Amino acid sequence: MSSQEIAIEPKVNYLNCDYSIKSWLLTTDHKRIAWLYMMAITFFFTVGGIAATLMRLNLLEPQGLLVEPETYNKLFSIHGIIMVFFFLVPSIPAVMGNFFLPMMLGARDVAFPKLNLLSWYVFMTGGSLVLYAVIAGGVDTGWTFYTPLSTLYLNTHVMAAAGGVFIAGFSSILTGLNFVVTIHKMRAPGLTWFRLPLFVWAMYAASIIFIIGTPVVAISLFLIIVERLFHVGIFDPSLGGDPILFQHLFWFYSHPAVYVMILPSMGVVSELITTFSRKRIFGYHFVAFSSVAIAAIGFLVWGHHMFISGQSVYAGLVFSALSMAVAIPSAVKVFNWTATLYKGSISYEAPMLYALGFIGLFTIGGLTGLFLATTATDQHLHDTYFVIAHFHYIMVGGAVMGYLGGIHYWWPKMTGRLYPDGWARVAAIIVFVGFNLTFFPQFVLGYLGMPRRYAVYPAEFHTLNVISTAGASILGLGYVIPLIYLAWSIRYGPVAGPNPWKATGLEWKTSSPPPTHNFEETPIVTEEPYRYDLLAEEIHVA
Amino acid sequence: MPHAFPIFPQEASTVAPAVDHLFYFLTAVSVFFASLIFLLIFYFAIKYRRRSKDELPPKNQVINNIPLEVTWTVIPMILVAVMYLWGAEIFVRNAMPPPNALEIFVIGKQWMWHIEHSNGKREINALHIPAGVPVKLTMTSQDVIHDFSVPAFRMKMDVVPDRYTTEWFEATQPGKYRLFCDQYCGMGHALMRGWVYVMSPQDYQRWLTSGVTGQTMAQQGEALYNQLGCVTCHGTGKGPPFVGLYGRPVKLSDGTTVIANDAYIRESILEPSAQIVNGYRAIMPTFKGQVSEEQILQLTAYIKSLASTESNTGAP
Repeated sequence: MSSQEIAIEPKVNYLNCDYSIKSWLLTTDHKRIAWLYMMAITFFFTVGGIAATLMRLNLLEPQGLLVEPETYNKLFSIHGIIMVFFFLVPSIPAVMGNFFLPMMLGARDVAFPKLNLLSWYVFMTGGSLVLYAVIAGGVDTGWTFYTPLSTLYLNTHVMAAAGGVFIAGFSSILTGLNFVVTIHKMRAPGLTWFRLPLFVWAMYAASIIFIIGTPVVAISLFLIIVERLFHVGIFDPSLGGDPILFQHLFWFYSHPAVYVMILPSMGVVSELITTFSRKRIFGYHFVAFSSVAIAAIGFLVWGHHMFISGQSVYAGLVFSALSMAVAIPSAVKVFNWTATLYKGSISYEAPMLYALGFIGLFTIGGLTGLFLATTATDQHLHDTYFVIAHFHYIMVGGAVMGYLGGIHYWWPKMTGRLYPDGWARVAAIIVFVGFNLTFFPQFVLGYLGMPRRYAVYPAEFHTLNVISTAGASILGLGYVIPLIYLAWSIRYGPVAGPNPWKATGLEWKTSSPPPTHNFEETPIVTEEPYRYDLLAEEIHVA
Repeated sequence: MPHAFPIFPQEASTVAPAVDHLFYFLTAVSVFFASLIFLLIFYFAIKYRRRSKDELPPKNQVINNIPLEVTWTVIPMILVAVMYLWGAEIFVRNAMPPPNALEIFVIGKQWMWHIEHSNGKREINALHIPAGVPVKLTMTSQDVIHDFSVPAFRMKMDVVPDRYTTEWFEATQPGKYRLFCDQYCGMGHALMRGWVYVMSPQDYQRWLTSGVTGQTMAQQGEALYNQLGCVTCHGTGKGPPFVGLYGRPVKLSDGTTVIANDAYIRESILEPSAQIVNGYRAIMPTFKGQVSEEQILQLTAYIKSLASTESNTGAP
C-alpha cells in the first residue's frame, strides 16, 4: 500500500465517531485513554513547571528573592512529587504506549481495555489527592519522603501527598500488567519477538519495572502513613524503628523508576533515528536486550543512593560495582544509535532534532552518572547540585526530550494534522539551548559543594545560579511554544495523510487519525522492523 | 553585583587531591566520549544529510557487526572497572580513621550543629581543628537525618538518629572552610551551616584550653555515673565493671561476642536487655528518655577513660 494513494480520509475515525463528553470519560478505546492521560499529565507538568519557575526565581538572590525557606521547601517537594510520579513515570507509557503499543502490534486494543480506563481514574484519584495537598497548604518532605522527618517532624499534608502517590502507583501497576499481556498475546500474525519495534521492547522492560517495583514504593509510603497515624515504630528510631530501612525500600523502587522514565524515551528515539535516517537500526538485538539488561540490573543498584547514609562500606562497594554495570548497556545503545546514522539519508524535521538532542544530553547525563556511581567522588558530590544536574540531564534532557520527540513524531497520526515544522524546529533548539544553560552550571555548583534543597545559599554561588535561572526562562519558553502550535494544528494544520514521514511501522499503515478499531483488516507481518531498504520500491512505484 | 565565581573548590584535606585526581580522570573520560559521540553525530548529520525528498540511503548496508559491538562493550567495561577500583580505594581509606585520630563529637539537631571536644569544650555551628592531625568525628542526631559536609575536605557523612556514624579527615591548610548540612532536614535546612576553622596545632591547643573552666567529657561522664546510680551496680560487681572494658571483646549470654565500642555502650544504656553480658542477669532498667545524646557521649568518654587502666579486674 503506497502512502500517497490514500488521500481520502475515512469518514469515521476514533476522534469524530462520537463527540459527547461521556464518550470520552467512559471510553475503553486505548487511543482516547491516551488523550485523557495526555491532558492530565500536561496539566501536572504545568503545575510542576510553575513550582520550578518559582524556585529558580527565588535562587536569583542568595538570601532568597521571593519566598521564605518554608515555602521554598514546599516548592521543591511539589515540583519533585508531581514531576516524578505524575509526569515522568506515566508520560511516554501512558500516552504513547497506550496509543501506539496496540497499533505497533497490529492489535485492536490493549488486552484489558476496561482495566486501562480504570487505571486512568486511579491515576486521577491519586493526582487529585496530591493537588489537594498542594492547595491545602503544601507538603515539604521532598519527593523522597525521608524518615523520620516525614513521619514525625513535619506537620504539612504529608499523608495526602503520600496517599496520592500510593494510589497513583496502582495505575502504573495496571498499565504495566496490561502492556505485558498485550505484548505477549496480541501480536499480529507473523509479528515474532524479534520483529517487534524497539519501542515495544522498551515498553516491555518498563512494564516489568512497573509490576515489580511499584508495589514496594507503595508499601513504603503506606508505612509512612501508618507510622504517622498509629505511631507504629517502623522508621522512627524513637519508636524503635529504623530510618535507613525507609531509604532501602524507597530506592528499591525509585531507582528502577528512573529507568521507567528513560527506557520508554530510548524506545522512542530508536523509532525516530531509523525513520529520519531511513535506515534499519544498527545492532537490533543489542539495542533490544540492552533495554532488558537495564531493567534487570536497575533493580540491583538502589544502594548507590546511600553510600554516605551509614550503610556498610561493603554494601557501598557492591552497589558501586553494580551501578557501573548499568553504564554498559546504556553506552551500547548510544553507540548503536550513532552507528545507525552512518550512511543514512538524514533529514531534520523536529522529531529528529529532539532525538539527536536526546542522544547528546543522555550521553552527558549518563557519563556524569559515573561520577556518582564511583564511591569516592560521590562522597563529595552526593546531595549537591551535581546530583540535580545529573538527573535532570537524564530526566529532562533524556525523558522529556524523548517525550516531545515522540509527540511531534506521532502527532500527525494522533490528530491527522501536521504542525508547522519551522516553529517546531525553533522550539526544539530553544529547549536544547535553554536546558543546557539551566543545568550545566549546576554541575559546577555541585563540584564547588553547593548542597541541594537550599532556599538560601552563600554568595560565592550567586553567579552560577543567575546563569541557571536565565537558562530556565529560555527553557520555559521552549515548552510553551509547542503548546500553542500543536493546539493550533488540531484545527488549522494541513491534513497529514497516513504516513507523512514514510515510516515503516504498522501504526503508519492505517489512516490518520486511525479508525476506532485501528486497522480495517488485521495486518500480517512478514518482515523485521525498520526495513527502510524496502522503501525504494514504494517510492519508485509512486 | 554578582560575586566572582570560582570553578574549582578549595583543596584543604589530605584526601581532597586524591578525590580531585579521580574527578579529573572521570571528567577526561567523559569529555572524550561525549566529544566522540557529538563529533560523529555532527559528521554523519552533515555528510549523510538527505539531499532530495525521496533520496534513499545506499542498499545492502551493514546493520550488525559483532566485533564492533564487543569492542564498544568491552572498552567501557574496562574504563568503569578502573573508575570503580580507584574510587573504592579512596572510599575504603575514608572509612577507616587512623587509630591515633583526634576524636571530636558531633550532635546534629534541627537546625544546628553541636560540637563537643574531649576536654569538654563546646561550640555551635563551628568546628576548630588542628592542621596536620587526623580528626575523627563521631556523630549522631537528636531528631532527623542530617549530613555533615565539608566540601573543601571532599568529605561528608549522614548524621543519623539512634546510631553513630563517623567521618575522618586530615586538614592540610589553616583557614576557614564551609560546613553544610547536606541532607534535607526540614524548614531550616539551608541555614544549618557553619565553618570549620583549621588552625596550627599550637593555635589549636591555645584555643582548646582557653576559656575552659568546666570539666572534661570524661569527668562529666563520671559525675553522671555517680548521679544516675550506675555506680551502685557497675561499681559493686552486681553489673559488669567498666575498667578495661572499652575496645575489648565482650562475651554475651547468647554465646556471641561483641566489641565494646561507642555503639555497644550506647545500646547498653538505652536498651540494656538487647545484649546481656555473659554471667549477669538482665536487671538493668533502660535509660531511654532520661539521658541525652550528649550525656551518652560523656558516659562513653568516661568508660573510655577507664580502658587504659592497668588493673583489669574482672573484665570478661
